[in-house]
Amino acid sequence: MPITVQTGRGSRMSRSIVFYLHVHQPWRVQPNSVFDTGVKHDYFDDASANERTDNEAIFHKVAAKSYWPMTTVLEKLLGEYPHFAFSISITGTFIEQCEKWDIELLRQFQKLVATGRVEIVGETYHHSLAFFYSRFEFEKQVLMHREKIQQLFGVRPRVFRNTELSYNDELGQWADSAGYDGVLAEGWGPVLGHRSPNYVYQAAHTSRVKLLLKNYRLSDDIAFRFSNREWSEWPLKANTYVSWLEASDDDALINLFMDFETFGEHQWEDTGIFEFFADVVGSWIAAGNAFVTPSQALRLYAPRDEVSMPHTVTWADSERDLSAWLGNRMQTEAMSYLYDLEASVLRTGDEQLIADWRLLQTSDHAYYMCTKWFNDGDVHAYFSPYKSPYDAFLYYLNVIRDVRWRVSEHHKAVL
Amino acid sequence: MRILMLGWELPPHNSGGLGVACYELSRALANQGMHISFVLPHAKQPDEPSHDFMDVHHASPLTSTSDLNAYTGSLDAIRAAQKHYQRYVTHFLSSEEPPQVIHAHDWLTFEAGVHAKELSGSPLIAHVHATEYDRAGGQSGNPYIHEIEQHGLLMADRIIAVSQATKNLIVEKYSIPSDKIEVVHNSVNEDDFTQDEASTKTLYTYARSLQAEGTIVVVTVGRLTIQKGLAYFLQAAAKATERYDKFLFIVAGDGEQCQELVRMSADYGIADKVLFTGFVRGRAWRELYDVADIFVMNSVSEPFGLTALEAAVQHTAISLSHQSGVSEVLKNVFKHNYWEIDRLADELIAMATSEGLRQELADGSQRDFQHVSWQRAADQCLSQYKLVGAHA
Repeated sequence: MPITVQTGRGSRMSRSIVFYLHVHQPWRVQPNSVFDTGVKHDYFDDASANERTDNEAIFHKVAAKSYWPMTTVLEKLLGEYPHFAFSISITGTFIEQCEKWDIELLRQFQKLVATGRVEIVGETYHHSLAFFYSRFEFEKQVLMHREKIQQLFGVRPRVFRNTELSYNDELGQWADSAGYDGVLAEGWGPVLGHRSPNYVYQAAHTSRVKLLLKNYRLSDDIAFRFSNREWSEWPLKANTYVSWLEASDDDALINLFMDFETFGEHQWEDTGIFEFFADVVGSWIAAGNAFVTPSQALRLYAPRDEVSMPHTVTWADSERDLSAWLGNRMQTEAMSYLYDLEASVLRTGDEQLIADWRLLQTSDHAYYMCTKWFNDGDVHAYFSPYKSPYDAFLYYLNVIRDVRWRVSEHHKAVL
Repeated sequence: MRILMLGWELPPHNSGGLGVACYELSRALANQGMHISFVLPHAKQPDEPSHDFMDVHHASPLTSTSDLNAYTGSLDAIRAAQKHYQRYVTHFLSSEEPPQVIHAHDWLTFEAGVHAKELSGSPLIAHVHATEYDRAGGQSGNPYIHEIEQHGLLMADRIIAVSQATKNLIVEKYSIPSDKIEVVHNSVNEDDFTQDEASTKTLYTYARSLQAEGTIVVVTVGRLTIQKGLAYFLQAAAKATERYDKFLFIVAGDGEQCQELVRMSADYGIADKVLFTGFVRGRAWRELYDVADIFVMNSVSEPFGLTALEAAVQHTAISLSHQSGVSEVLKNVFKHNYWEIDRLADELIAMATSEGLRQELADGSQRDFQHVSWQRAADQCLSQYKLVGAHA
C-alpha cells in the first residue's frame, strides 16, 4: 500500500524511520552483609559506595558521556530539520535520579518533548518484570509512570513498550484493553518468518493495538557493531548506512530501536557516533525520506498482517527471550521472594518500604545474577557492577531479608 | 621419551595433593607414550599398589613413610632420606641410559634433581607445587629450605608452577625471571569419583540424618595447619551460626593445629556443630564431597588447592579464598579474602538459605572444571620438555 508522507520536499511516497531511544538507570543495590539485615535499610545509597555501585557517580558519568551530548545533538537536529522526529521511553527510576542529581538534564528532555516532535512511549515506572508476576502491580507501575510523564511533560503515552521490549500476545491484549494504539516489540525472524519488520502489524487477538517491530539488523549495526573493528563494515560511514536503509521497499517503515546510552556510553564519542548519527539524519532527509513518531506511523501505515507471539520475545541476546533475567534458579528464586512479599508490603502502607520494594523490582537486579556470560572464563562479557552473579544474588538476598524484617516489624507495631 | 621423575610420595602414601598430582601427571604423560622412572624416598610398602604405566623405584630401605611426610616429617628425618635419595639417583644414572629430561617435584627432590642434571647433562624441570612461604602460612618459614628451593630454581632449565599466584611468588620471592616459568594447572581424575560403592552410603550417618532434616553440611578438607586458614573458617562458622543455626561443619584432615581448632570450636560455642574426621581417603574421602552441600577452602596461602577442584567435579557449591591458586580455574564460586570472616559467614548463610544459589554454583563450578584436564597438563609439560631440547 503506497502512502504519502509530508517531507521537506513536499508530498510524495516515502520511506520512514521510527527512531526510538530507551532511557534508563537502575538503583543499584550496595554491597552489604547479612549482618546489616534488620539494621541498615538504605539499600541504594551509601556514602562509602564503591565505584561500581555508586549510583550518583555512575549517573553523572553517563550524563556527561551520553545524556548531555546526545540530547544536545538531538536538539540541534530538531532545530535544523523541521521534519525530524523521534521517540523516547524514560523510566521513573531515571527521572528520580535526574530530579536528585541533575534537574537541568530533566529540563533538557522537557525541551525536546516540548517541540511536539518527540513522543514519549509508556512503560512501567520501575523498568520491572511485574507483567510476568503480578498484573495488579504491573498496572500500578504503568499508572505511576503515566502520571509522572503527564506531570513533567504534559503528555499521555499512546504507545507502550514493556521492559526489554518483552512482548507476548497477552501483553498485546492488555494494551488493547488499556486503550493504547500500539506496542513496540522485537522484529524477530523466527516469529515473522518471511515477513519483513518494515511494516505495521496488527497484534493478534486485539481490536486496535498495532505492533511496531524493531529492525534488529539495522538497529544493531549502530547499537552493537558500530565501533567493532573486527566487523567487516568498520568503519561505518553515514552514506553506506543510509544506502542500507534505502535498500528497503519504497514504502518501508524502518524501526530503529536502541538504548539511549548507545550514543556516548556504549559507543564512545571518539568512535564518531554523534557525527555519524547527525550525518545519517541529514542524508536521510535530504534524500526525501521521513522520520515519524510511533503514533504518526500508526496513523500513516495500515497493518499489513497480523502477528502473534504466544511466547515472550524480547530484544535481548541471541535467544531474544527473558533468559538473561529469569534464566537461572537464583533469578527465579529472587523474583519469587520479591513478588511473594507484594501483599504484605502493600498492607503496611509504609511509603518508604513500598518504594524500596518497587525499586527492587527493576529488572537490572535480576540481570546482574545472570550466569550466561560468566562461563568460559570470559568475565569481561559479564556487564555488572558486582564481581560475580553470585555476589549480586548474595547482596540482593540480604536486602530481601531486610524487607521481610521491616514488614514484620511493621505488623508487630500495629499489634 | 624417557623421563626421570623425582617425587616424594604417591597415593595411598601421600600427605596431600602433592602425591596425587605426581601420580596423575605421570599417568597422563605415560598415556602419551612417555617412559617414566619414578623415584620414591622410601622402601616399598606392604600395601603399595603396582603401577603398570611407570617404573617405580624405591630409594632407601626406610620403611616408615610417616617420618618422611612432606609437610609434617621432621627436618632431620627428611634430610637423611634426601641423602639416600640422591645416592640412589646417582646409582640409577650410572646403570641406565641418561633420561631425556629430569622432572623434580618441590624442594624435597630439587637437590637430587640438580645432582642428576650435573651427572647426566639432561635438562632439569623444577615443578613447584608449594614453596616454603606457602607452607609457613604467610610467615617466612625455614631459611634452610628457602636456600634449597632457591638453588633448585636457579639451576633448573625450566620451572613449572601450579598457578599464576605461585609463579608470581617465585618471581617475587626467589627473583627468578618470569619467562622461565610456565603455569600448569592441576586437574582431577573424574574416574576417582565414579567408583561403585559396594554398600549404600553410610559413612556419614550422623551428617546425613541431620541433612535429611534440613541441616546444611559445610565441608573443608586439608591439613590442619595455619596455611589452611581454618581458625578464620571456624570464626566465620560461629558467626554464620548466630544468624542461621541449621549448619553442620565437617573439618577433614589432620595436622598440628588439630587440638587448637577443637578448642576453638568449643570456645565459640559451636563444638556440637563441628566434626573433625581426621585424614580421609578412599570411600570416606569420596563420600565427603557427596555429603557436602557447601565446600569451603579458606587457605591463607594455597598454591593450587586440588580439593576444591574435587568438590567442583562432585557438583558442590564452593567458596574460596582469593589466596587459593585454584581460584584461577574456578570462576563460578564465591571468593573472599581469607581474613574476611563476616563475608564468609554471609556467603555461608546465602548458600544455606538458597537452594537456587547452591545449584547455580554447583553447576557453574562443574562447567569451570571442563577447562582443565590432566591430559592437558601433560601436554603442557611436554612442550616444556621440548623447549629444553628433549625430544621423543
